[in-house]
Amino acid sequence: MANETPTQTQAKAQETPQATHISKEDPKAVHPLGEPMIRLENVNKWYGDFHVLKNINLEVRKGEIVVVAGPSGSGKSTMIRCINRLEEYQEGSIKVKGIEVNNDVKNLKKVRANVAMVFQHFNLFPHLTILENLTLAPVWVYKKPKKEAIETAMHYLEKVNIAEQAHKYPNQLSGGQQQRVAIARALCKSPDIMLFDEPTSALDPEMIGEVLDVMVKLAEEGKTMITVTHEMGFARKVADRVIFMDAGQIVEENDPETFFHHPESERLQLFLKQILNH
Amino acid sequence: MAVYPPQPTKEPPISARGPIAWIRHNLLSSPYNIAFTILGLAILYWTVPPFIKWAVIDAHFAGDSKSACTGGGACWVFIKEKLDMFLFGFYPHDQLWRPKSVFAAVLALGAFAKFVPGLHRLKLTLIVLFPVFAYLMLHGGHFGLSLVETSKWGGLLLTLVIASVGIVLSFPIGILLALGRQSKLPIIKSLSVFYIEFVRGVPLITVLFMASVVLPLFFPEGVNFDKLARALIGITFFEAAYVAENIRSGFQAIPKGQYEAADALGLSYWQKMGLVILPQAIKVTIPNLVGTFISLFKDTSLVMIIGLFDLLAMVNVTANDRDWLGMDTEGYVFVAFIFWIFTFSMSMYSKRLEKRLDTNNK
Ligand SMILES: Nc1ncnc2c1ncn2[C@@H]1O[C@H](COP(=O)(O)OP(=O)(O)O)[C@@H](O)[C@H]1O
Ligand SMILES: [Mg+2]
Repeated sequence: MANETPTQTQAKAQETPQATHISKEDPKAVHPLGEPMIRLENVNKWYGDFHVLKNINLEVRKGEIVVVAGPSGSGKSTMIRCINRLEEYQEGSIKVKGIEVNNDVKNLKKVRANVAMVFQHFNLFPHLTILENLTLAPVWVYKKPKKEAIETAMHYLEKVNIAEQAHKYPNQLSGGQQQRVAIARALCKSPDIMLFDEPTSALDPEMIGEVLDVMVKLAEEGKTMITVTHEMGFARKVADRVIFMDAGQIVEENDPETFFHHPESERLQLFLKQILNH
Repeated sequence: MAVYPPQPTKEPPISARGPIAWIRHNLLSSPYNIAFTILGLAILYWTVPPFIKWAVIDAHFAGDSKSACTGGGACWVFIKEKLDMFLFGFYPHDQLWRPKSVFAAVLALGAFAKFVPGLHRLKLTLIVLFPVFAYLMLHGGHFGLSLVETSKWGGLLLTLVIASVGIVLSFPIGILLALGRQSKLPIIKSLSVFYIEFVRGVPLITVLFMASVVLPLFFPEGVNFDKLARALIGITFFEAAYVAENIRSGFQAIPKGQYEAADALGLSYWQKMGLVILPQAIKVTIPNLVGTFISLFKDTSLVMIIGLFDLLAMVNVTANDRDWLGMDTEGYVFVAFIFWIFTFSMSMYSKRLEKRLDTNNK
């Protein structure tokens, strides 16, 4: 299935109640597919002369779980970092809930309020306690009363099973715990979309499970997620779609079953062989 | 195949612990080390006992004039008699209660801030209001206080005024310069770089001369711009360049991921810098910052060359008194001791602060 073919997404649309929930500003939203949360159209990006993203097209709808895989350096991080504008792109268009992701400060603010990101190296703020890490953005950016922010924070810390560590500092926690805190921090602004960039790659093997469990829980609750990961077990279990990127482009896109068992392109076949047979 | 039983945990052997092991390891580990240990002991032997003999055993403490000091020891009577001048310069004698109450207020405020828990807002208000209080007290001219021109301020008082104003004002300016140097806007960036590199390439004496001679040219004729204010402006802007460089080195220790996480959470530029980056950058650079402030504290003595009488300058003034000729040595030793107390406290404080802010191993 080529990346523009919407057959699979169409099937999903019929079972999604949001299909009728259409925003008026965005004419493209008036589409039988339902409510798109993220739409990348012909996105191109260069680092100097290096063409790092080549004509990327991708649509992700509400509640959809998309897993992105591909060899190192293929542009996976760059692609998802364009969605919350940690990176700029030079051509094409990215829309988050119909809002154009561009230089406009107001748009950027709205986009970042809707999109949260979890990083490979957690990036918790080491000078703040866990609780302060979680309440920082709600209090300062989203102007929540402190009490409410703390309640929300504790709620999410409980959700990731780490509430008892609320008053410790990040460096006192294990990697797995830190990543769970990072997920809770991302959830605190109630984002519609979660981006994960290899959230388990920096973890010791025995801690990967606890982080994946949290992510599975989120997926089952219907969060919209784009996850760059090589955890194929996770992809099989929760992904609606798996995307394979190589050399800056989307090479293949399929449901997990087809993706893993009947890969079409040679490059994906080779990649799967490499990651599954070692 | 085999299975091994768990091993017990043991103490290290005696030869690796205790004072003897420490001495052997640190003082006598090699022939060179032994030679340096002996040399060090010899230097201590030749310098410390004679100094103690001069400063304590043979010294004179009682009396009120030079005639009380006979023989070879130090004449601390001189310091005792001239203490007011060392502390306050030419501040009028009958008004000395004013600087004294400012000093007392500093101590009271410090004790209040340290020992009374909570009340952060009140503490902050008091700290912010303190400079106003100190200025009104010292300068006078209002509220029935007689006017005391800044040219009369001197000694430790002047040194502390210059050092604290310099430190407090150069800090925010230095932060802005450091942010400017990091800026993506080319104009702001190049202005900051130019300023920092220019100032760091110029000795403080030059800056003081410029502040003293050049600065008045920018003011309309007839405006007599206070000499102390000129020195303060010069020192503040001089110091800001060094503070900026310290803070920049702190920025470089912050991983890129911290900026990205702050951006991803939606923090604005100022929120990101103020809440995430600066606190960490300042923390890692505290030792450097304190070093910078310590040298500023000592450099305040250079104001002597534009005609201000700081603590060091008072040695010349007092030892030129006809009744106390030849007391320079006592004066310099005393002043060195005062400088040392302040700089040493600053460095101890920075150690404590570093420990307290260290969230890595709490
Ligand atoms: N800031 C940058 N400047 C120049 N090249 C970059 C930069 N960031 C990434 N790249 C290059 O872009 C390519 C894609 O990087 P990335 O998106 O991180 O790949 P992936 O996440 O798939 O491993 C790599 O070849 C990388 O070297
Ligand atoms: Mg990557």
